[in-house]
Amino acid sequence: MRRSKFTAALGVAAAVAVLGACSTDDTVNDSDDPSGDGGETTSSEEWFVQADYDEQDAQRDATFEGPAEEPWLQYIDGEMTDTSAFATKDPQKVCFSNASISNPWRQTGWITMNQQLEVLVENNVISEMETRDADDDDNTQIADIDYFIAEGNCDVFIISPNSTAAMTPAVERACETGKPVIVFDRGVETDCATTFIHPIGGYAWGIDTAEYLIENLEEGDKVVALRILPGVDVLETRWAAAEKLFDEAGIEAVDYFTGADPAEIKKIMTDELTKGDVHGVWMDAGDGAVAAIEAFEDQGVDYPVMTGEDEMSFLRKWEETGLNGLAPVYSNFQWRTPLLAIEKIVNGEEIPAEWVLPQIPITEDERSDYLEANDGMPDGHYAKFGGEDLPGYPEVWQDRIIP
Amino acid sequence: MTSLSTLDPERSARPPLRAHQSGLMGRAAAAASTPGGAIFLLVGVLLVATIVANPNFGDPGVLIRFLGRTAPIAIAAIGQYFVIVAGEFDLSMAAVVSMQVVLAGNLIGDDPGRVIPVMCLMLVLGALIGVLNGLGTTVLLVPSFIVTLGMMLALNGIVDYVTGGAAAGNPVDEFREIGRGTIEDVPVVDVIPYPLIILTVIAVAAVWLMRRPFGRSLIAAGDNPAAARVAGGSLVWLKMRAFVLSSLSATVAGILLVGYAGVHPSVGQGYEFAAITAVVLGGVLLGGGRGWVLSAAAGAFALELLFTLLTALGIESTWRDTVQGVIIIVAVALAGRAWQAGRRPSRSARRAEASTDSSTGSSIQPPSPGTTTGDS
Repeated sequence: MRRSKFTAALGVAAAVAVLGACSTDDTVNDSDDPSGDGGETTSSEEWFVQADYDEQDAQRDATFEGPAEEPWLQYIDGEMTDTSAFATKDPQKVCFSNASISNPWRQTGWITMNQQLEVLVENNVISEMETRDADDDDNTQIADIDYFIAEGNCDVFIISPNSTAAMTPAVERACETGKPVIVFDRGVETDCATTFIHPIGGYAWGIDTAEYLIENLEEGDKVVALRILPGVDVLETRWAAAEKLFDEAGIEAVDYFTGADPAEIKKIMTDELTKGDVHGVWMDAGDGAVAAIEAFEDQGVDYPVMTGEDEMSFLRKWEETGLNGLAPVYSNFQWRTPLLAIEKIVNGEEIPAEWVLPQIPITEDERSDYLEANDGMPDGHYAKFGGEDLPGYPEVWQDRIIP
Repeated sequence: MTSLSTLDPERSARPPLRAHQSGLMGRAAAAASTPGGAIFLLVGVLLVATIVANPNFGDPGVLIRFLGRTAPIAIAAIGQYFVIVAGEFDLSMAAVVSMQVVLAGNLIGDDPGRVIPVMCLMLVLGALIGVLNGLGTTVLLVPSFIVTLGMMLALNGIVDYVTGGAAAGNPVDEFREIGRGTIEDVPVVDVIPYPLIILTVIAVAAVWLMRRPFGRSLIAAGDNPAAARVAGGSLVWLKMRAFVLSSLSATVAGILLVGYAGVHPSVGQGYEFAAITAVVLGGVLLGGGRGWVLSAAAGAFALELLFTLLTALGIESTWRDTVQGVIIIVAVALAGRAWQAGRRPSRSARRAEASTDSSTGSSIQPPSPGTTTGDS
């Protein structure tokens, strides 16, 4: 009796311990990283596709068609989709299956999208938009898409996929309805969609950031890479490209998963600083950058060379500290593009089959311009949100009421 | 663990506990062989290992900062201890931390004048959550595992609703000073972080509480709820206070974390399991009735040291959780062994006891039930 109580307690304790160990990355529900052999580069090699890397490397210098003052309409010249069959005068009912609004980047984009929607509703392009939020869950999103197909009464589908492979069949089912399907942000493994809208991509991010750090550091210097979570293609490719370049340049890079938890980030940075000098900080997304910088402050050591993101919190801290940095951009204005694509579709205009938007980092020289332009915006706002000409600017973004 | 002696008049007739017989060293050795004591050995081993892996970690200034940053999780572990020792669980802890962090960010903002009122509000809300958890467990008789799980979901939902899952800005620096600030220019250790001072105060208060009738009854209730009820204690009020202490400690941890790291809905994630793991590592029996509150706090330090050690060793990011999990299981298993070894008096001790008995010729002494240290 006594014995069994104890054994049971031990069993529960062990279970709790395992759960405790898991809970630091509990947002990762799919694609457990199978790099069980512990090889230093295995995990990123799986995500590294040389052809994609080369393509995005070239696209960084590509010429973009379309008006420069409206980057959300720009695209790289390529195959176009004929949409004349969809031309109509009737206002369209749009069905939007969204992966989530669980990070500040998606929230900012979501706000911008709603303001763009307001304009198009007023212009009688769109009658209404029904949105289902999958809350970062593949199964929920599949159910959302199937619901839209079955009883959504939709004229157009917009899908921002939660994950690449899992969402492919659902997107294909949406395509089979014969109605326009617009995919944006993360991709799927089918080209059945009318258009796939995205900024250049993760490799370009990785190249921009790694090249900046390599330029500003010496061979043998140490870089700490702070990554949000494994298994998301747009994040994995950022690291895959950066790690390759660090390796080639002889920069010592160690990576950590932080879940964007600032407490975790600060602990990791503090431990690394206790261990030895850290010369550079690389982030796969800027959320939490401030905590990383604060670790250097609290430790009383020199600021690192650092790449963050165009999130206001990083831009402000960057200016305040005067550290040597770069703000890569995963163009937030892409959230406008799907709705504007609908406008082109109902007009029967041809649109790019793969709509590659510009993705240009913010440098120190441009920083003050962006800070000024986004004065009064909250810390979670993204400088290149691209909504300055929309109704409600700037209050809607300043108040940041999530629609 | 020597708790009930004052309530038990028969005790005075018994020989002193074995742990009280030998000198200081002997007593320390006896304590170290219990799970609640073994954790301090584990902390020592991990500390040495970390310093070996990274000599800079041995610097007093670095160590004191480490103690400071571990304060929130240690405070959470102390709070969780009250609930676990009473035979319950509090899974809502992490959600309370997140909620308080987000509240602080949203309500305080840039206005230093709001620091005090918002902190009061946070403490009231923390206490209220504890009351609800306690009511659900004791009055509605829903297992605490479920009550607090439900509370966790409800609070997470509120956090998501308020934030949409992303961070607002950080509150004013005056507020963040509580978790980030230090007393400067201290000899030897360089600085003393405020969180460490707060932890010390809470630890002292917790030890005091556990020596009060409240603490004694809490352990009794965890050990044998039926007996505690028959003995006339009100389990409702008793356990409710344990839950209130738990969510208040989560609130304090949240306040410190806002200072240490800043506002983000992910702050506090995993705290319930970290706190429970710390408590179990500290040799506190899941199911209640046994364990020392400071061992729970020590368990938190062991956990954080493990984390730091893995960083010092440069364990690959994809591996970390696995390594951490396996080490925790092994540590708890070893602590369990120590527990079993510690409760059986060694042969020589038993012989000595026998000879003492015969020499004093105390025939009226009741047969030793072997449970004087309060085990089950």
